Amino acid sequence: MEKIFQKLSLSSASLVFIILIGIFFTLFNASKPAIDEYGFDFITNPDWNKEVALDSSLSTASDEIEDDMIMDEDEVMFDEDDMEMKTIFGGLVPIVGTLLTTLIALVFALPIAMGIAVFLAEIAPKNISHIVGIAIELLAAIPSIIFGMWGLYYFAPIVADIVGGYQVSLLTAGLVLGVMILPFMAAITRDSMNTTPSVLKESAYALGATKFEVIKDIIFPYSKVGIIGSIILALGRALGETMAVAFLIGSIFVLPSAINDPTISIPVAMANNFGEASGLGESALFYLALILFVISFGVISIAKFYFLKKVK
Amino acid sequence: MPVMNIKKFSFTYPGVDAPSLRNINLPIEKNKITALIGPSGCGKSTLLRAMNRIHDLYPGNKYDGKIEFLDEKTNQYRNILDIKKENEFIQLRQQVGMIFQKPTPFPMSIFDNVAYGLKIAGIKNKTELQDRVEVALKGSALWKEVHDRLNLSAMGLSGGQQQRLCIARAVAVKPEVLLFDEPTSALDPISTGAIEELIIELKKDISITIVTHNMQQASRISDYTAFMYLGDLVEYDKTENIFLNPAEKRTEDYITGRFG
Amino acid sequence: MRLLTNKIFLALSVLSALIGLAFLGWILITLFIKGLSSFHFSLFLDDLIEGGLRNLIIGQFILAGIASLIGIPLGMAAGIYLQEYGRGRYASLIRDLSDIMMSAPSIVIGAFVYAVVVIPTGGTSGFAGAIALAIMMLPVVINTTDNMLSLVPRELREAGISLGASKYRVIIDIIIKAAKVGIMTGILLAFARIIGETAPLLFTSETSNYFSLDLSESFPSLTVSIYDLANEPEESSRDLAWAASFILTALVLVINLVGRFITRNKH
Repeated sequence: MEKIFQKLSLSSASLVFIILIGIFFTLFNASKPAIDEYGFDFITNPDWNKEVALDSSLSTASDEIEDDMIMDEDEVMFDEDDMEMKTIFGGLVPIVGTLLTTLIALVFALPIAMGIAVFLAEIAPKNISHIVGIAIELLAAIPSIIFGMWGLYYFAPIVADIVGGYQVSLLTAGLVLGVMILPFMAAITRDSMNTTPSVLKESAYALGATKFEVIKDIIFPYSKVGIIGSIILALGRALGETMAVAFLIGSIFVLPSAINDPTISIPVAMANNFGEASGLGESALFYLALILFVISFGVISIAKFYFLKKVK
Repeated sequence: MPVMNIKKFSFTYPGVDAPSLRNINLPIEKNKITALIGPSGCGKSTLLRAMNRIHDLYPGNKYDGKIEFLDEKTNQYRNILDIKKENEFIQLRQQVGMIFQKPTPFPMSIFDNVAYGLKIAGIKNKTELQDRVEVALKGSALWKEVHDRLNLSAMGLSGGQQQRLCIARAVAVKPEVLLFDEPTSALDPISTGAIEELIIELKKDISITIVTHNMQQASRISDYTAFMYLGDLVEYDKTENIFLNPAEKRTEDYITGRFG
Repeated sequence: MRLLTNKIFLALSVLSALIGLAFLGWILITLFIKGLSSFHFSLFLDDLIEGGLRNLIIGQFILAGIASLIGIPLGMAAGIYLQEYGRGRYASLIRDLSDIMMSAPSIVIGAFVYAVVVIPTGGTSGFAGAIALAIMMLPVVINTTDNMLSLVPRELREAGISLGASKYRVIIDIIIKAAKVGIMTGILLAFARIIGETAPLLFTSETSNYFSLDLSESFPSLTVSIYDLANEPEESSRDLAWAASFILTALVLVINLVGRFITRNKH
């Protein structure tokens, strides 16, 4: 009985390993047709679902694509002149969209999250810190689709009024993404700050330092590593966010020429197209998934192994 | 005959080079209280924990020498360091029980706590369980205080009561030896006194080894005392000899408070 | 000058906290107003095909429920392994991988399940959706079990062993019981998390307008339908999406608060 129990628990634990390996190999397998077809050019090619004649170069203007981009990525069209056509897929736009929305989210969320963390860890009295802390955690618990709804109908119009441009854009998607990662970053930063030994803080206060100085000179340097880790971890999560971004980014395979232009990200490209894709198009989506998986895994691992050893 | 015989016993913790116990030779006399005393780090707890092989929860230990345990039925000694099989470990621990420094009530009712050792030994008969629990609780001077609330959680008891509960729990299994690892250091003086009285009562049926950093306690309750220092057994004798007429200078220095 | 800097800094910090609370308040108030205005009790009685949400709510619970039936025992068993049996590098590796998996993109998990379940079985199904949710739940349960078990004092385990109990009995009879409250809270929070997920369901179980208990077909999902409804041009669809959002958020927040309330009592 003891042995059975041991084996069962070991097998369950090994599931984690098996699933992660499984994800990697499944994605790799499914993207193989696209990888074979496009290779690394996939990453730099902005043309998604574009018809090209087999002997034409890839330098056709992207203006042609703008019109028929949003759905039905799988239409295979035959040229009337009977020229052989093939559909090419390039992932540059969603990759850039993913990276840029995440960057915007980070820039927006960072100062606010740091401020909240400082408030919770050092400024607020215990019971207020407790209640506000719970409120922040509730913000984190709100499903991402709700952020999408609120973002699209309430937040985006205000942003568009202030900055001009489209309501669905890189900017609005990035900002809402920022609101989403805010609680996570604040919580981990607060936990990092709380690992600072009280004696250290007290020594500084005893020398007559102000709260700001203690935070700036003692707490932040001490918890620096954990704070950076929290930022990178939040980054890793933002990369994979789908629903909120899907509502707000515009979902067109066009590189944005300005920050308030609509574009697309990897998760959104997948969300919108997986249902109807097939063949190379489907494989290209898996290729995007693979790229996202590898990037996220890498970023989260870096956060964990280099920075978050002390916290928890 | 001593109920346990520790012969040339050395012990090294996993991942460590130097042994924590060196060449210990110590008898544990039947139905007597043997105290292990010495300054922090002398190895007394390490030695105690070797006697029910609880070290083996944390693999990688190195043992040398023998710890012999007298089998009542055959009157033969067997070396408990040879034990490898799961069921032999279980049997050993049912014969050599342990009480810890911090009271460790299980998250269950008072009754279930005391009955736990019996249930896992396979005793299912309700009447038998109730009888043995009552005997054990009476033997730990706890029955009067809890007999009307046996179904309540053990966590509601005071520290001293919890420790007596742990003793009842260990005693219910009717072990031959009971190992006490600083059982009163976390308790107030009154609870300490109650437990010391209890231990003296218990030795009628059980052989007791107690680790204590409180010399007065050792001199109060024990029949034999072993003084340890930095992993060695410095001196072992009847308690009154150790305290009134120690043979070793180190013993004398410790007793008189020159270090420790 | 120093004092001024200090005051400004502290003010900014309080301001940040207020901003954070403001966002929370804004979202909740929005949900309340928009959701309540489209709310009527027949939402719980009609299915989507009739303009209600009944099949979606029940469907979402069923998906999360099945995911829990898979994820909770497996997660707890794995957590027990990590804390009670595993000692070397393998256990550390699994623990780290599980942590990483917790933050992994949910849409990638959807793609994975799409490839290994949907494609071979020839179509979307409730099973696929539940499996995707279970995969998301697994690392969370592992993490909470591992952490809660680590809080149980070492002496409790030793006390059980010294009575002659075998390791698994000590774990089940004593250790799990001692960590029971914390683990339950963790599981509740994990449940709250997956019941609000959309991305893993998008192309694994999709959704359905009809009431269904058939897990071999597309299965009704509250979250996926909110997405669909929000994308429809009709005003009425959008109103329904808001009502659904309100109900979903209320559900998630209530489960969250209940979970926290349970642990609060333990102090």
